[in-house]
Amino acid sequence: MNDTNQNNTVLRFMTCGSVDDGKSTLIGRLLYDTKTILTDTLSQIEKTSKKKGMSALDLSLITDGLQAEREQGITIDVAYRYFSTGTRKYIIADAPGHEQYTRNMVTAASTAQLAIILVDARKGMLTQTRRHSYLTKLVGIKHIIVAINKMDLVDYSEEEYKNICNEYKSFASAIKLEEPNVDIKFVPMSALNGDMIVDRGRSLSWYKGPTLLQILEKIDTTEKTNSSFLRFPVQFVCRPRDSSNEKLHDFRAFMGRVESGLMKINDKIKVLPSNHESSIKEIRIGDKIITEAHAEQSVTVSLNDEIDISRGDMLIHEDDTLEGSKSFTANVCWLSETNLTPNRTYLIMHTSRSSKARISSINNKININTLETEQAVELKTNDIANIKFKLAQPLVLDKYSQNRNTGSFIIVDETTFHTVGAGMIETIE
Amino acid sequence: MKGKLSHLDWLESEAIHIMREVAGQCANPVLLFSGGKDSLCLLRIAEKAFRPGRFPFPLMHIDTGHNYPEVINFRDNKTKELGERLIVASLEESMAKGTIVLKSADEPRNKYQSITLLEAIEENGFDCCIGGARRDEEKARAKERIMSFRDEFGQWDPKNQRPELWNLYNAKVHKGENIRAFPISNWTEMDVWQYIEKEKLELPSIYFAHKRDVVKRNGAIVPITEVTPAASDEEVENMMVRFRTVGDITCTAPVASNADSVEKIIIETASTLITERGETRLDDQVSEASMEQRKKEGYF
Ligand SMILES: Nc1nc2c(ncn2[C@@H]2O[C@H](COP(=O)(O)OP(=O)(O)O)[C@@H](O)[C@H]2O)c(=O)[nH]1
Repeated sequence: MNDTNQNNTVLRFMTCGSVDDGKSTLIGRLLYDTKTILTDTLSQIEKTSKKKGMSALDLSLITDGLQAEREQGITIDVAYRYFSTGTRKYIIADAPGHEQYTRNMVTAASTAQLAIILVDARKGMLTQTRRHSYLTKLVGIKHIIVAINKMDLVDYSEEEYKNICNEYKSFASAIKLEEPNVDIKFVPMSALNGDMIVDRGRSLSWYKGPTLLQILEKIDTTEKTNSSFLRFPVQFVCRPRDSSNEKLHDFRAFMGRVESGLMKINDKIKVLPSNHESSIKEIRIGDKIITEAHAEQSVTVSLNDEIDISRGDMLIHEDDTLEGSKSFTANVCWLSETNLTPNRTYLIMHTSRSSKARISSINNKININTLETEQAVELKTNDIANIKFKLAQPLVLDKYSQNRNTGSFIIVDETTFHTVGAGMIETIE
Repeated sequence: MKGKLSHLDWLESEAIHIMREVAGQCANPVLLFSGGKDSLCLLRIAEKAFRPGRFPFPLMHIDTGHNYPEVINFRDNKTKELGERLIVASLEESMAKGTIVLKSADEPRNKYQSITLLEAIEENGFDCCIGGARRDEEKARAKERIMSFRDEFGQWDPKNQRPELWNLYNAKVHKGENIRAFPISNWTEMDVWQYIEKEKLELPSIYFAHKRDVVKRNGAIVPITEVTPAASDEEVENMMVRFRTVGDITCTAPVASNADSVEKIIIETASTLITERGETRLDDQVSEASMEQRKKEGYF
């Protein structure tokens, strides 16, 4: 439904599944049953379905993207889709599930609050299911829906469903993917027939729980991970230097987004890494003056003292003990086709600040299929490893487990300027 | 944790953050301004991002020369009101220089916009163009990055895009290369209309229902203007219509509508059954993959 409500909240989720588990059909179904697919798109899908010799509508065509993929018949990149209900706006990150696309999974997971993990009821849990679950844990997703699909092909059997649920639960507890850190829900469904996604359908009457969409509608999206400590990275400094306007002549303000915590007028703050102190004089969004700003708000802040602040500085509360640091370890997903070269210098981009970095050591690499760690000397595309870094300039870091916004960074190749790695901070020295 | 942001506040905040990243990372950015509703949202976001300062970039219009006069007037008044600098890069100049050669005088000009855009980028040394494209507009855009990399020839290579994670954006380029930044990537058409209502944004009058001479051609409503005359056997009707996008006259079609206010447009949009591009951009229907082709060639 294309709702006109102005006060929806946003929920970002990703979908994971192995090839042919029905991911595209599920997304197509969500969009179709919430009336997000419009007539002209639909008529195109009808045409293509017929061309392919199919009798029913192939809903998976809705999420079908680029020409290159169409030719290869596979999804190779993360695509974003949207739908909206009376209470929420949904942003779906649709990532392909092949083994060689760990990086796409990590990319999609980085902005997701929830993951739908698809399991084919006939096949039960596969290596891919384990891998995807592990990756959602690594990237800090707190809500998982295990969607057991193609129930129509196992005669909508409650027993089959329960077996898969149990198998998943024991795997989840083995990798410490459990309450209270992660909330896991299960739902049986048929994406093809539309059972238990938006509508309940008739074939799963033994299942008394909520439909997939009802689960999505009810999930509490307040980010539990992000600490309540104020983190305000300065993105841009505003100095109008307008000599014709007395008020603006000496005006200086600092622009950025509150990454976590709460900032109020008169709060005592300090600026990292310089450690200069002051207090908040005014907070505004455009020309609207507000008394406090909370996480995810982009605001303009002025201070009571004239201190030197530039892009890349971080405002935190005065009594916070956080400091800049030049050495840390992180779990890194290597994104580039070119291997990591351990003795090269890379650029790390973190909040609005960057620094040159060197690799002190590669501590270990995770075998994404066995979930065991192994020794590593190099890193290639899709590898995930624990790496120790040394920085040229101090960065103001948090652990990823405590703050997804200030605990994450990207690695940029200084020659090509490509984004070659994504990191999640584990320990800070 | 304090209250959750409503979706419009969240989208606005994300867009402000993206614009400030452009301003913080790029040496010489520009904001592409067409007078259309999406770029008007961008202007409001820029005000929220940078006032009381000036915008850290000029505005630029890629002018096909086939415009509705209402839109051009609106564009000029809006820039004056904001007190910002407007650059007009004109297709007709590229035609005079010989860099654009039309196959016939009445050929739709939308597809040539990329040539003039690339010339203007080179001439002004822009390293980033901020645009109002949205991922929900068309299939090929669903995978577009928020900061999208273009090579020296302005080309978009769908297989060679930089991964984009969290809200960390990499806008680094070498000389001659370019970033297209899309702050409202995550907005849908409905979000745009709701934002226009919430912010009480003014729009060019052609967005609202008005009487206009049109003919019906291949199922589309085609407006009759100097550059798009009716064929001798066509019957001209005077109909209540509104435009859902503004652009080159020869390839932008209106829809039949009585919605003469933002509120009514929202209601109509909520119940509408046809996507924006399918309905109103005559040129995108030609081939299923035509947008992807144009993006590869340097279109926004
Ligand atoms: N019987 C049945 N088939 C399904 C169901 N969901 C998807 N499929 C079929 O499984 C095949 C793969 O689905 P698709 O959505 O393309 O999978 P993806 O590779 O995960 O995106 C297609 O032929 C679908 O029609 C389901 O619930 N039941």
